[in-house]
Formats: sequence, C-alpha cells, structure tokens
Amino acid sequence: MAVAVALLTLLPLGYVVAGVVGTGPAGVVALVWRPRVGELLTNTVELVLLGTTACVVVGTGAAWLVERTDLPGRPLWTGLMAAPLAVPAFVNSFGWYSLSPGFAGLDAAVLVTTLSYYPLVYLPVAAVLRGTDPAFEDMSRALGNGPWHTFVRVVLPQLRPALLGGALLVGLHLLAEFGALQSLRFDTFTTAIYDQFQSTFDGAGATMLAGVLVLLCLLLLGGEQRLAGRARVARVGSGAMRRAVPHRLGPATLPAIVALALLAVLALGVPLGCIAFWLATSTSTAFPLDDLLRTTATSLGLGLLGAVVTSALALPVAWLVVRRRGRISRLVERCTYIGNSLPGMVVALALITVAIRFLPALYQSTVMLLAAYAVLFMPRAMVSLRTALGQIPPELDDVGRSLGVGSAAVLARVTLPLIARGLGAGSALVFLAVVTELTSTLLLAPIGTQTLATQFWSESSSIHYGAAAPYALLMILISAPAAYLLTRRSRGEDT
Amino acid sequence: MRPARRHLIAAAAAVAALSLTAACGGGASTTAAAPASDTALVLYNAQHEEVGQAWADAFTAKTGVKVEVRNGSDFELANQIVAEGAASPADVFITENSPAMSLVSSKDLFAPVDAATKAQVPAQYSSSKGDWVGVAARSTVFVYNSATLTDAQLPASIMDLAKPEWKDKFGISPSGADFQAIVSAVYLTQGDAAGAAWLQGIKDNAKIYRGNSTIMKAANAGEVPGGVIYHYYWYGDQADGGANSAATKLEFFGNQDPGAFLSVSGGGVVKASKHPAEAQQLLAFMSGAEGQKILSDSTALEYSVGGGVAPNPKLKPLAELDAPNVDLNALNGPKVVAEMQRVGLL
Repeated sequence: MAVAVALLTLLPLGYVVAGVVGTGPAGVVALVWRPRVGELLTNTVELVLLGTTACVVVGTGAAWLVERTDLPGRPLWTGLMAAPLAVPAFVNSFGWYSLSPGFAGLDAAVLVTTLSYYPLVYLPVAAVLRGTDPAFEDMSRALGNGPWHTFVRVVLPQLRPALLGGALLVGLHLLAEFGALQSLRFDTFTTAIYDQFQSTFDGAGATMLAGVLVLLCLLLLGGEQRLAGRARVARVGSGAMRRAVPHRLGPATLPAIVALALLAVLALGVPLGCIAFWLATSTSTAFPLDDLLRTTATSLGLGLLGAVVTSALALPVAWLVVRRRGRISRLVERCTYIGNSLPGMVVALALITVAIRFLPALYQSTVMLLAAYAVLFMPRAMVSLRTALGQIPPELDDVGRSLGVGSAAVLARVTLPLIARGLGAGSALVFLAVVTELTSTLLLAPIGTQTLATQFWSESSSIHYGAAAPYALLMILISAPAAYLLTRRSRGEDT
Repeated sequence: MRPARRHLIAAAAAVAALSLTAACGGGASTTAAAPASDTALVLYNAQHEEVGQAWADAFTAKTGVKVEVRNGSDFELANQIVAEGAASPADVFITENSPAMSLVSSKDLFAPVDAATKAQVPAQYSSSKGDWVGVAARSTVFVYNSATLTDAQLPASIMDLAKPEWKDKFGISPSGADFQAIVSAVYLTQGDAAGAAWLQGIKDNAKIYRGNSTIMKAANAGEVPGGVIYHYYWYGDQADGGANSAATKLEFFGNQDPGAFLSVSGGGVVKASKHPAEAQQLLAFMSGAEGQKILSDSTALEYSVGGGVAPNPKLKPLAELDAPNVDLNALNGPKVVAEMQRVGLL
C-alpha cells in the first residue's frame, strides 16, 4: 500500500527523468550549463534559505509569545497568528504589489512568502509548546540552568520534530512557488520553468530545469533527515500535567503586542485592504450569485475530497516510516515529498502522459484530479501524521494485540483515535492548498469544472480586478474554518 | 467540547455532501455523458474565457450542438494536446497567440481547415500550411506615462529602445509569447546581425516584468517611464475604471516597424476529433461573420480579423496599424529562443 502511494507520487519524477534521458547528455549540458541557470540557482537557494529561516524565527517567536508568556488577549492572538493560512499566497502578493509597484526582488519575495507561510511553522511549534510538560523545564531550572540554557537544551529538542517538519514544508513550498512570485520580478527555477514552457512550447528546457529543482529538493530532504535525528519523543500518558507558569513579559509586553499586531496587519491587513480597494474602485465589480455559489460549492467539495483522499494515502506511509524504521521505509516516505517541490504544470503533464495511455477511462475525471492533489500535497498530510504517530509509544499497539485484538482493530480503536488530531491538522492543511490550486485543476478536472481559484485567475488575467475580488474573498472565507480548526488543535482543548 | 466537535464533523460532512451534489450537477455528470452523446464538442479555450464561452453559447443556440469548454493558457493547453496525442478529447483549439498553434501544427495534430472557412479569413492571418485560421488579433504598442515622457521623447521605432539613452526606461515581458514574436519580427525584417545587436541592447536596457498588466501598472505608477505591451490591456483597463492606466497613453509604432507587430490568435480542428464535421462547423462559425461580430461587440477589445467584420470602434482601425509582414509559421522558432537564451533573457 505504502509502496503504491510512493509510486504514484514518483510519476512526475519519472516524467522528468524520461525527459532528461530523452534529451541526451550533450543537450542537457547545453540547457543546464549556462549563466542564466546559475542566476536562477542563486535566487532559488537564497529564497529558500532566507524564507525558511525567517519563517522559523517568526513562527517560533510568535508561538512562544502566545503560548508561554503572560501576553494579554491570548485567544485573539491564537486565531490571528494562524489566520494568514487562509489567505492564498498569490492574493497576498497581489496586495503588496498594488501597495507599491516598486515592491520587487529578493527582499520582497522573502517578505511575502514569510508572511504567507510562517503559520506552517507557528502551528506545530505552538502545539508542542502547549503540549509539553513544564516539569522538564522546572527540572532543568532546578538543576541550575538559566532560562536561555533551558530553552536551548530542553525546549528546543522537544520542538525539533515540529520545527523541522514545518521548515521542510516551507522549503518545499518555496521551491515550487509561482503565484506569489510572478509579479515580484524575482525569478526562481519554478518561474523559469513556466517561462520555458511558454516560450519553447517544448518540454526539453523546462524538464531540465525541473531536474535541477528535484536535486534541490533532495538536498532539502537530506538536510532535514540529518537534523531530525532519531530521538524518541513518545510518552505514555501525560500524567497530571501542571499548567505552565507563563513567563512574565513585564516592560516587554507593549513591544511584544506591537510586534504581533504588526505581523497581523502585514499578513492580513494588506491583502484584505487590496481586495476592498478592488471592489470599491473597479467598474467590473459584480456579484453573480449563481456563479459564486456554484464555484464555492465545487471548491469546497474538491477541497474536502482532496483532504480525505490525501490523508488516507499518507497514513500507511507515515505508519511505515514511524513504526518500521529502516532504509527502505525512509526512502518510501522521502519519495512522497518530491511532487510538492515540482511546479503543478510538470505534475499535471506527467499525469496526462500516463493516464491517457493506460487509464483513458479516468482521464479528466475527478479521480484523476484527486490523484494530482495527492501527489502535490502529500507532504502537508505526511508531516502532521508523522509527528502524531511519533508521539504514540509503539508499546500501545503491542498491548492491544496482547489483549487479543486484531491489527485492523488496533488501528481503528487505538491508533486512529490517538492520531485524530494530527490527521485533522494534515487534512486541514491539504484542504487549504487544494482550494488555491490552479494549474492541475485547469488541466485535469472534468470539463466545465470551475473553482474559486480558476475564476479568480480568469478574471484577474483579463484584468477585471473588481470581478476577481469576490472570488478571492470567498477563497479566504471558506479557508477560515480550516485555519480555525488548526488553531483549536494548538490550543489543545481536549487534553 | 465533545458535542461541539460532533457538530463540527456533522456540519463538514453535510457541506461535503451538498458540494458534491452541486459539483456533479455542474461538471462531473458531463464526463460520464461525454462518450455516449455524439453531439457534444469539446473546445480547448486559451482565449479569454468570456470570448470562448460567448462563441460556444452562440454556436449552440444556432445549431443545437453542445459545446463544452476547457479553459487554460496557450502553453498549458497546447502542451496538453501534444501530451494527449491521438487520444485527445479536444475537438477544437483556440489560442491567444499563434506560436501555440505552431506547436500543435508542428506535431501534425491539426486536421486541414475546410476551404470555405479559410476563405473567410485574410491569408496573412492564417497558417500557410492550411491547418488553422486566425480568429482574433492584438497589436503591440508602447505604453508610457504621459507625465514622465513627452510625445517628442517617444521612440520612433522599437529599434531605438536598444540605444543607451533608453537604459532602465522601459519594461518588457520576455517570457511572453508576444515579446518573443517581436524578437522574431526584428530578426526577420532587420537581418540576423542587426537583430543580435538589438537584442543585446534590449537585454542591457530593459527592466524585466512578468506579464503585460504588470508593465502597464508599473508605467502608470511612474516606476518605469514606458513599456512594450498589447493594446487590449490598456483599452480593457480604461473600460474597467482606469485604475491601472489613468496616467498612461499608447503609442502605435506603425510604418511596418517590428514594434507594430500584430499577433494572431488562431483556431484549428484537432485531428483526434471524434466529430470532425461539427468541429469544422464551429471553427467556421467563430472565424465567420457571426462569430467575429460577437468578438467585435465584446469587452475583450481584441481585433476581429475574419468575415469582413470591422473591429470594435473604440480601437485604432486595423488598416491604420501598418503592421510588418511576418510569416506566422516562422515565429518563435528555436532560433529566437536560443538567441534569447544566449543573451540571458530566458
């Protein structure tokens, strides 16, 4: 099962490799070994390094302030800090760009992507901060460590899986980001791949660049692997956990509030303000109720189905890598990340090529679209599931089995209830991604399918911003419950 | 908390079920029906969505033949047709620019166009191979901020933009098919040596943007004095309140300058079509008087080219554009792309 899932996610890689082989060594050198590719490499690496670091710093800092200090108005901040997840990155980018057309280049790209993606780090880190027993820190302090030492030697190791999982997601997103970067005059491999498709109308140049992108993705995966280590973080029962004593901010309270408020304004205020501006000034502003309702329903339906299917497919792989540790299971798990780092166009073309030959009945059906979503967004489900499974001691399975319950029943009665939250979080993240997905939806959906994202794209590319704005607004509205669900998890209400 | 959670799950399930019924009503049922029904055409539409849809609806109203529309961009749908090959579900393909037609044509995936349809469209707007015809056109223009540039300072020809005094004073979108078509036109009309020198000058001088509307917005905001775009972005924004173009004007190069290049949107019948007769009928309708009238009257503000229909009166008349004569099949060939890769624009 896990292997079948990995094979599905490897289809795009196969397509890229076939393209590279088909071009031959001389062609590859000519297409890859040129100054422009060097430029793209620098840009991409800079964006991934700076963007991921910024997300880690902002996400962890915000999580610590919200979860571990006496900051006033905590429930409000919990919601606000996760809310940017509901704003599609390209809408955010549009907002910033219309604020100032000079907004371009590396700084702009790092700023916009950080504002859009820091919640991917914030949420898992906040959840762990909320869930870990303060007794560990108390012990450390009692043993004579200062607060900073305690953070580095006790808190940080606890955070490590969540932090790295979040950082990996951010890194993969930055590799494949297109929508947010297209108006910022900053070219990466992914934007260049679109350009190549557009100009040569011939896969070779684009496929070569995708090949380099895959190598970068492998580097990222290897790096995370190294840093993750193999420490065990599982615990049986949480005991009677004491509420952590919040750190006193004292005179730092005001600056902390200002910092978080600024973050919220930058990440939410700018895109929402931009939508309001479009609605107010454009003459194409219209609210075609039928279309809006229909596309909202389609987006919701595809989002929910995509979330369920992707999570279900991720489960066996996550189980394999956590419970049957070893080279092969790790390889299988790593494979599922590659699709996420490739542009949607490459994934879509790979699926078209295979489906039209071997599964013509499924071609351009909802099933095929869901397969594309699974390939693209598997890591979002995987990271949450892996963390959740890692926190359950495997002995619980053994106990279940020794009490005479079959393995299916152990899964249903022991494992699933324990990972329900991780499963929910992963599904919510997949839902958010599906709602804003564009290229695969255009190419692979059953004919006539219109989603909020495709209609936003259609209206905004014919520069009817007023007509596009309601779709952007609806995308944010239907994403809000998923983002809210994610914060509920980090508030840990059911413990 | 338990009851609250249960409500949430129930609500999610209800929403999923509802949306699915809605989605099936809209799209999914048509896939199931497609193989059985033999009068539904599939149009791969890379033109503006509203244009493709208007043509499809009017055709259905006239003939009773249903048309299902799949939207996408030139490069997405052209690559999709190539990947689909002989199994393509598409019957008719229409684009924004001709290079996407050339790609499909070069893989021999179009059927020959009916002679009567070809006769509706002037030969310079159609494939010399006879496998697709023009359905619309757009003109290259120089958009400029009228506060920063006076009429006297405007470039007389697109060739001027390679001169040192234009450094950082204009924007281009080199990844777009339109700019590549202009490069082709320069090479074709000026020769290879002059073309290469010009391209290097453009690489040194131009500010690089992605997309025509981005360039227009930048010029409007005064971030760059001018830029090379298509005409309809400007007319479209003017009609939409002018928020992104109020401070700008257009210059048409004319004089058969390579910068006056007229890019053609093409339409063709896909060879794999299972309803070739109806597909030819649809193409004839779009490129004929009725279809062209719909285009001309629409808000797309592109030039109509066939059926003797005059373009939208808001536009500068087609005859005054004085565009250069360029063989559409020679556009964006591998040479142009290789040249742009060589100077580092791609």
